[in-house]
Amino acid sequence: MRIVASNLSRTFGRMEVFRGVSFAAGKGMVLGITGRNGSGKTTLLKIAAGLLGPTTGTISWSVGSTALEPRHVYRHIGFAAPYLALYDDMTVEENLRFFAAMRGLRLEWNRIASFLDSVGLTAGREDPLRAFSSGMKQRVRLLFALLHDPPALLLDEPGTNLDEEGLDIVRGIVRSRRSIGPVLIATNDHADIELCDGVIRLSD
Amino acid sequence: MPRTVLSLFPLRDGKRRIMTIHPALALLAKDFRGEWRTRYAVNTLLMFIVVTLSVVVFALAGETLTSGVQAGLLWVVLFFSAMNGMSRSFLSEEERGTTLTLRLLADPSAIYLGKLLFNLVLALLLNVFIVLLFLVFLEGFLIRQPGLFLAVILGGGAGVAAATTVIAAMIARAGSKGPLFPVLSFPVLLPLLMSGISATKIAMEETEWTLALPELGVLASYIAVVVAASFFLFDFVWKD
Repeated sequence: MRIVASNLSRTFGRMEVFRGVSFAAGKGMVLGITGRNGSGKTTLLKIAAGLLGPTTGTISWSVGSTALEPRHVYRHIGFAAPYLALYDDMTVEENLRFFAAMRGLRLEWNRIASFLDSVGLTAGREDPLRAFSSGMKQRVRLLFALLHDPPALLLDEPGTNLDEEGLDIVRGIVRSRRSIGPVLIATNDHADIELCDGVIRLSD
Repeated sequence: MPRTVLSLFPLRDGKRRIMTIHPALALLAKDFRGEWRTRYAVNTLLMFIVVTLSVVVFALAGETLTSGVQAGLLWVVLFFSAMNGMSRSFLSEEERGTTLTLRLLADPSAIYLGKLLFNLVLALLLNVFIVLLFLVFLEGFLIRQPGLFLAVILGGGAGVAAATTVIAAMIARAGSKGPLFPVLSFPVLLPLLMSGISATKIAMEETEWTLALPELGVLASYIAVVVAASFFLFDFVWKD
């Protein structure tokens, strides 16, 4: 998958968040997005995910030689962010089964167990998500992003609330997913930025 | 660890098309599971129906009403019960903040269809339950043409579900709660209510059922037009 953006700007009402942002990201590339709070990291990531349109400029997505419509981009990306809400009244297994079913996938129990093991979620599998800590929920969000094996991965502050083991898992995911497609990370964490092949710095 | 994660994802199949009905059914099942656990909408609706019907029965004190007034009363209860229960479908997602999550999981049309099916089942169960209570507790409430009556009640329920689903989505996305929902729904539902009341009155009288054909036509057309328009409109309602 390839994402190409040219001269993007975005305003909310009278407030201009950023302007003149261009980038191209494809397989083998980890692209970091950094900047101060309010500089537009999340907004840019949402535009890259097809969730928001730019005010000016163009952005295009393609898989092989096929161009994607913005409304279909969600099928080809994995998106994880601390503000991504999960279903707190459901268990982690029910959440994963629901996410998979929504994408037309069926998950067997042994696969769910393997998924959970891969992000270090070994406890609380029978409990509703409301009993989970913030860090455990963040690990579930990573699974939300990876469940359908997407060709592009978009991570917004992926290390939020994670302990050292969790941070290692995130960095491991970023390194391994680079060979599958572009990885975009909105972060100000120096360790995450060191993983990047290129960095977009958004200024105020 | 990263290698483990990678090896666990053999699910990628970019060319496979996911039909709208699969995510819609998954959403429907999730909503019913949630409703079964909390019984929020069901309890609210039951309380509303019981209170409303009790007030009507006490106010009448054994007095027998004309079929036209009975049909009107029935539709008043049907309308306000729907206003109490139908807005929950999207409002619950907005309150939990899971709208973005759903947007990352399925097409807007699949989300609309899933919520429409949930409201449809809820509306049909609700209408049947209200009619049963009317039959038991309201003196002189007789249905002389059961087939026609059933068609009107089920068709009315489907029409109410179709219209209120997209309105509920607009209200939820606008960040508004309760009061705006009936205000917006009433003018949209007015043609349905008028035809529903008229056809219900015919079903309660000993007249020729074919007199209700124009009303049944309005009900069927209403459902078709509202569902078709909602599928087109929902894209704009759903995106930021």
